[in-house]
Amino acid sequence: MKECLVVIGNGMAGMRTVEELLKLDPDAYEIKVFGEEPYGNYNRIMLSPVLAGEKTIEEIMLNDLQWYEDNNITLLKGKKAVDIDRKARKVIADDGSEVEYDRLLIATGSTPFIIPVPGHELPGVVAFRDIADVDTMLEAAGKYKKAVVIGGGLLGLEAANGLMQQGMNVKVVHIMDTLMERQLDEPAAKMLRSSLEERGMEFLMGAQTASIEGKDRVEKVCFKDGSSVDADIVVMAVGIRPNIALAEKVGIHCERGIVVNDTMQTFDPRVYAVGECVQHRNETYGLVAPLFEMGKVCANHLAKLGIGRYEGSVTSTKLKVTGIDLFSAGDFTGDDTTEDLVFQDAASGVYRKIVVQDNKIKGTVMYGDTIDGTWYFDLMRDQTDITDFRSTILFGQAHLGDSGHGDDNRVASMSDTAEICGCNGVCKGDIVSAITEKKLFTLDDVRAHTKASSSCGSCTGLVEALLAHTVGGDYSVAPHLKPICACTDHTHDEVRAVIRDKNFKSIRELQQFMEWKTSDGCPKCRTALNYYMVCQWPETHSADDAQSRFINERAHANIQKDGTYSVIPRMWGGGTTPDELRAIADAAEKFNIKTVHVTGGQRIGLYGLKKEELPVIWKDLNNAGMVSGHAYGKALRTVKTCVGKEWCRFGTQDSTHLGVELEKMTWGSWMPHKFKLAVSGCPRNCAEATIKDFGVVCVDSGYELHVGGNGGIKVRATDFLCAVTTEEEAMEYSAAYIQLYREEAHYLERTAPWIERVGLTHIKENIVDDTENRKQLAERFHYSQKFMQDDPWEARANGAQQHEFTAIKQINA
Amino acid sequence: MSDWIEIGTLNDIPQLGARVVTSDKGNIAVFRTAEDKVFAIKDECPHKKGPLSQGIVHGDRVACPLHDWKIQLDTGTAVAPDEGCAATYPIKMEGSRIMLSLKPNEGCPNQ
Repeated sequence: MKECLVVIGNGMAGMRTVEELLKLDPDAYEIKVFGEEPYGNYNRIMLSPVLAGEKTIEEIMLNDLQWYEDNNITLLKGKKAVDIDRKARKVIADDGSEVEYDRLLIATGSTPFIIPVPGHELPGVVAFRDIADVDTMLEAAGKYKKAVVIGGGLLGLEAANGLMQQGMNVKVVHIMDTLMERQLDEPAAKMLRSSLEERGMEFLMGAQTASIEGKDRVEKVCFKDGSSVDADIVVMAVGIRPNIALAEKVGIHCERGIVVNDTMQTFDPRVYAVGECVQHRNETYGLVAPLFEMGKVCANHLAKLGIGRYEGSVTSTKLKVTGIDLFSAGDFTGDDTTEDLVFQDAASGVYRKIVVQDNKIKGTVMYGDTIDGTWYFDLMRDQTDITDFRSTILFGQAHLGDSGHGDDNRVASMSDTAEICGCNGVCKGDIVSAITEKKLFTLDDVRAHTKASSSCGSCTGLVEALLAHTVGGDYSVAPHLKPICACTDHTHDEVRAVIRDKNFKSIRELQQFMEWKTSDGCPKCRTALNYYMVCQWPETHSADDAQSRFINERAHANIQKDGTYSVIPRMWGGGTTPDELRAIADAAEKFNIKTVHVTGGQRIGLYGLKKEELPVIWKDLNNAGMVSGHAYGKALRTVKTCVGKEWCRFGTQDSTHLGVELEKMTWGSWMPHKFKLAVSGCPRNCAEATIKDFGVVCVDSGYELHVGGNGGIKVRATDFLCAVTTEEEAMEYSAAYIQLYREEAHYLERTAPWIERVGLTHIKENIVDDTENRKQLAERFHYSQKFMQDDPWEARANGAQQHEFTAIKQINA
Repeated sequence: MSDWIEIGTLNDIPQLGARVVTSDKGNIAVFRTAEDKVFAIKDECPHKKGPLSQGIVHGDRVACPLHDWKIQLDTGTAVAPDEGCAATYPIKMEGSRIMLSLKPNEGCPNQ
């Protein structure tokens, strides 16, 4: 006999929990769902666009009736649970029928708060909560002209906007002096009000409703000061209350909401609760992201896996009014202990305020250009120390949207044909329709369905903003600590710690120990784990699993679009010789190379080689003294140099010599991501050292060391680390810095985002301020290099790994 | 139909890896999973013809090396939300010897 799970409430939180449960263990329970509304489960946050005529009910359905059938879920449609017998473990419905349970999930959501003024029960007075309310409003819009919305908060303004779109004259009545006072500060609220007024919305501020009057239906709304306005329909949108009536009635402990612990259990251990009806760590939530996080945790415990805790959510808000960009999160008012950073440009309609305490973001409110909202939100959620970029933070993440999508940062005002993802040619319209039609809530969903932001990732901020704008700000943001991939709940840092502390040298054993959800991981986690193993145990050859490396690192060449490969030999510091050039020319002729190309890293690339030819051409290049350039790996790539003082009349130091020495020291090392160096002989910086992962700019007094630059997807100039006086010091700092990056950065995180995550101060503390630590880091790098500096080409040219380069069988049919 | 060709032994293919059978009608990728299951699929991703044999094998799937489409090894179909398929070929094991038939299984037009 299967156990029975009964769910009271057919809304987003309850069904999300069921969906998560089905994913984990589809056969764990017989599932029965009480749903008062005569529909499947729909996306309640999309009611505003339905009211505004931008969406239909069908478009916002999440699970239609077929879904319940397909998953063997009994939907008790139109039935209301009115009592629970906790001793006998059964739920009693309004028609007297009873349903027994082994586990009960209460997801009764919230109810709109109706101000109990005289006349609040007149026909024509509605809340804004479900499909029935929307139907009433749409019907009224067809017949009448005058609408009054009581409540100038998020929901009220969305209702008002919808009714206005339906052709009604709308007056918004608000008891406070500014709109959305729970989400906006005064300047932002003023800007919002004036742009809504421009669209024709009228406002009555500071107005306290005394009564609603009318004969057969509502006719006018009267205020405490004696004034009144005519109304054909009145929408009450003054707030929501957790719906705890049933739980309270049956003696489950409630305060403002149903009190639950971190595993979403109520005080009755057989009864769980999720969604807007719960109170967790003294907070109640009215947004979607927290509900989804709760659902995930609850499903995990229902499936008896017993891992995962809900630890509360930090939420942000967006207004779903087409054409208005507005974002707020956290504590945006501040107090005596906080400081405000403010940027205001009324003429162009931009306002942003960040509230800071001890150099950490407490809250933010933005109007107009909100593209950086998600960035500020991340910084706030992670409590990142912003000291290093505090002076520029208001201007946003400068590199966001720099490449491939112009500088258009206002997603709301973009046209549907505006290209968001330059790599995959995905337009705004494609993304928005995928989000609405396929019911997507997360960045990963959007990536999977549209490919937007799945290649270089530079448009991620735009896609997130679009997602937030389309589904509302309450879209599902990543949980506080991001797992490596869907195969596990563990983070990069947790996994590295286990590899180190528990001596794991095999990916499979680690995955078993850390309870991976898949049999042998996925390309995302396997490549990451493999790097962490190689980095931690350089001396253990077997810790490096070829099958967990991307093909380029397995074949030691770069795969091209037609399945052929490129070959790029190393040229130390960008220098070469007639012999090397001759050998490259000979090889190019011998292998019929169509394209010989000089790379951005001062080397020569040969393109279009068949895989089986690789060991052969490597042999030729080896014979001329050349080795692998690692142009294919998450590894040390190149050290770019200028000719320096040996030739240049401006040169201050021997930049070429230092570059060659640096490359001899660092070549062959595997990294979290590709890693480039450069040495310029003078501040004219011809080697472009200030957009490299590690750059040296020679000056008369010595060497300036720069870190964290990037010339690729997102241009980022380096941060100045320090100045040193000798080549030896430059080498030592470089080795220490590289090792710190190797040990601390997440796999596929380049130095630029790594430094932005941990802060330049952290780097300086480790490398500059702490001499002993610097020496140890450098020492660990040199130790690792002892095992890494074998030319992979030479081994394979001499027959190693032959199976990689030969067919198992040739058939001539 | 039973034109089985011996292509090699299980040990010729690394676990979680693949080898290629070349033929004048196009290449066939032969995969070996962690559980030593063996599958043969046309070595062309339905997306942009990437060589699937070069991808990372995980579970009963392979990730195309070009644009990371995931292809189901037993059916040759792309994992949702991507759509498409690559032809699969019959494999039978005789002890550790791998026997391949060049006549593709029915169901996928990309043969």
